[in-house]
Amino acid sequence: MIDSFKQLINKIGLPRLTIILFLVALLIIASVNRLPTSMLLSNSLVRIGMNGVMVLAMVPSVQSGAGLNFGLSIGIIAGLIGMLVVMEFELMGFLGLITALLIACVLGAAAGYLYGLILNKVRGQEMMIGTYAGFSIVSGMCMFWLLAPFKNPEMIWVVGGKGLRMTLAVNDSLAKILDNLWKFKILGVEIPVGLLLAFALACLFLEVFFRSRLGVSMKIAGANPAFATSCGVNVDKMRVLGTVLSTALGAMGMVIYCQSFGYVQLYMAPLMMSFPAVAAVLIGGASARKATVWNAVLGTALFQTLLTISLPVTRSMIQGDISEVAKTIISNTMILYALTRKEGDGE
Amino acid sequence: MKQRIRQNAVPVLFLCMCVLGVLISGQNLRYIAQELISRLARNWFLVLSLIIPVTAGLGLNFAIVLGAMAGQVGLIIATHYKLPGLLGLITAIILAMPIAVVLGISAGHVLNKARGREMITSMMLGFAVNGIYQLVFLFMAGTVFPIKNPEIMLDNGVGLRGTIELKYCKYALDNLIRLRLFGIDIPLAPIIVVILLCFGIRWLYQTKLGQELRAVGQDMGVASVAGINVDRTRITAMVMSTVLAAIGQVIFLQNIGTMNTFNSHEQIGTVAIASLLVGGATVSRATVGQGLIGTLLFQLLFIISPAAGQRLMGNAQIGEYFRVFIGYGIIGAALLIHAWERSTSQRSAHRQPKEKTPEVTLNN
Repeated sequence: MIDSFKQLINKIGLPRLTIILFLVALLIIASVNRLPTSMLLSNSLVRIGMNGVMVLAMVPSVQSGAGLNFGLSIGIIAGLIGMLVVMEFELMGFLGLITALLIACVLGAAAGYLYGLILNKVRGQEMMIGTYAGFSIVSGMCMFWLLAPFKNPEMIWVVGGKGLRMTLAVNDSLAKILDNLWKFKILGVEIPVGLLLAFALACLFLEVFFRSRLGVSMKIAGANPAFATSCGVNVDKMRVLGTVLSTALGAMGMVIYCQSFGYVQLYMAPLMMSFPAVAAVLIGGASARKATVWNAVLGTALFQTLLTISLPVTRSMIQGDISEVAKTIISNTMILYALTRKEGDGE
Repeated sequence: MKQRIRQNAVPVLFLCMCVLGVLISGQNLRYIAQELISRLARNWFLVLSLIIPVTAGLGLNFAIVLGAMAGQVGLIIATHYKLPGLLGLITAIILAMPIAVVLGISAGHVLNKARGREMITSMMLGFAVNGIYQLVFLFMAGTVFPIKNPEIMLDNGVGLRGTIELKYCKYALDNLIRLRLFGIDIPLAPIIVVILLCFGIRWLYQTKLGQELRAVGQDMGVASVAGINVDRTRITAMVMSTVLAAIGQVIFLQNIGTMNTFNSHEQIGTVAIASLLVGGATVSRATVGQGLIGTLLFQLLFIISPAAGQRLMGNAQIGEYFRVFIGYGIIGAALLIHAWERSTSQRSAHRQPKEKTPEVTLNN
């Protein structure tokens, strides 16, 4: 009995078990306190779709051996630029969304290429360098937001007539466009089909990619660089490719996030955004050396549901918004746990 | 000679930037000097708290944020009991000390488990403990801990205010000895404390413990063979750094006068580390002098950049963001150069045996 229990723990992993138990406890408290469970679930689904692609971005970078992408903010900035261009020219509806995604993808890939070249020079220190590359880019872009030649009066400061505002509202034809696509209600739970479909498409793309010849070589390069070299795989190239994919996915993930959120937040807002994404994939069972699409999906689902439910549940017991604090504690402790494990070794 | 230029390239570059900035900003030199001296007096101690872990091979200790939080806890308690002046400061430090020791020991244990990734781990430690700090002072103060003091609590009785006036111990240390030179007000007491710390660190490196710290920093394997308890030495380094940071934060905040309960400590790590690096320190080598000079240059840049931004771009905000960018950018660049150098030297070290015994590199 105890043995099989131990096996179960080993299989699921202690952090995941803790999160699942916590989640179950929260759900029980929610139903006891008669909170609208269906609404909580709808919100969770939206947040899973919102954040999913950014979490998915961790997978190619880990698989290629470049480790967890702490510099995801670089991709996020590319996504923001995509959104801003679309908003500047007031492109509507799906045309706007697709343009934003395209710009994000191209810029993300280009930035990811340079970032990947840097990461190749600093093996073993990717996480630290990535973090500070992200921080520098985000703070450097603050100056760009102030000076950028955007002219749309909706987007720039009223006083002075120059510089983008802190928070920009996405216009109505673009906001929640994926969320509302083919949306339907079942048992009181709203299913944002379009949003989830976009996430599913990204997952499918990665799954197919990892089964292709290129994807398999990337996996080998990440798992065993020496073996990959002897098989004729260019490890450095694969790591760059992984970083490019990761950054481009992060950029597109940001566009999806912004359309669902309804606002574009600039300046220091993206500074800490990569950490929850890293934490989510770790919660899903990934490590610094191994991550699958399934890890990303499961991690996003667990983490976002937990965050969504924890807010109203704790609010029914204590005052104040505890979800931000919970997010900080959970995500950073999770990353810390992964860093101190032996198998998380970057070497 | 070449190495000497390379070592001093960063401070010289920043000195040029500062001189240029001072010229562009066109600010009154007396104003700059006054600002600078008070900023130095409050920042030096924090920057110097970083040096011991670098010597012990732990890299830049982003976890001094932990010490800063301990210092703030001490100050919160001292303010709660309305302890005035120097008494309040000393009480705050005494109260912060055990918290800092416990946090330092735990940080040391965690970092011992994350060898080779100490810096990112110490940074995540700072973030994680910051979450717990927020939990305690936003939600548990007033509910779990029976604090009742409308001066520092939110109106509904749960959680601390976002900003707390440290009116009882503001300038307690600064006002101890004031000196006026050429119309500039110099808070002598904190500077004397910093000088004492400098000599303290110098003395430490001459003791047996200091030698052990250095040995561990140079090569853990060799140190271990020589009979040094590596794990323990590293933990000691972390404890010392955290305790110093706690004291440093108390000195810092008594000069500022108001505490942003949930933000004051967050930037400490970045600012202190950037200062140290501007002085020419690297991830594996840092001296007291580099800390002192680096702080001077970095803070000078801090003072002049808004005005320089205003003059140059017509927008003071640009200067504000520029100094944030410099803070992150200098750390990023320093880490990059260090990692780059290390990986190239490793590669060339591996290349030599490669010609003789190919199977060695296969296992690599």
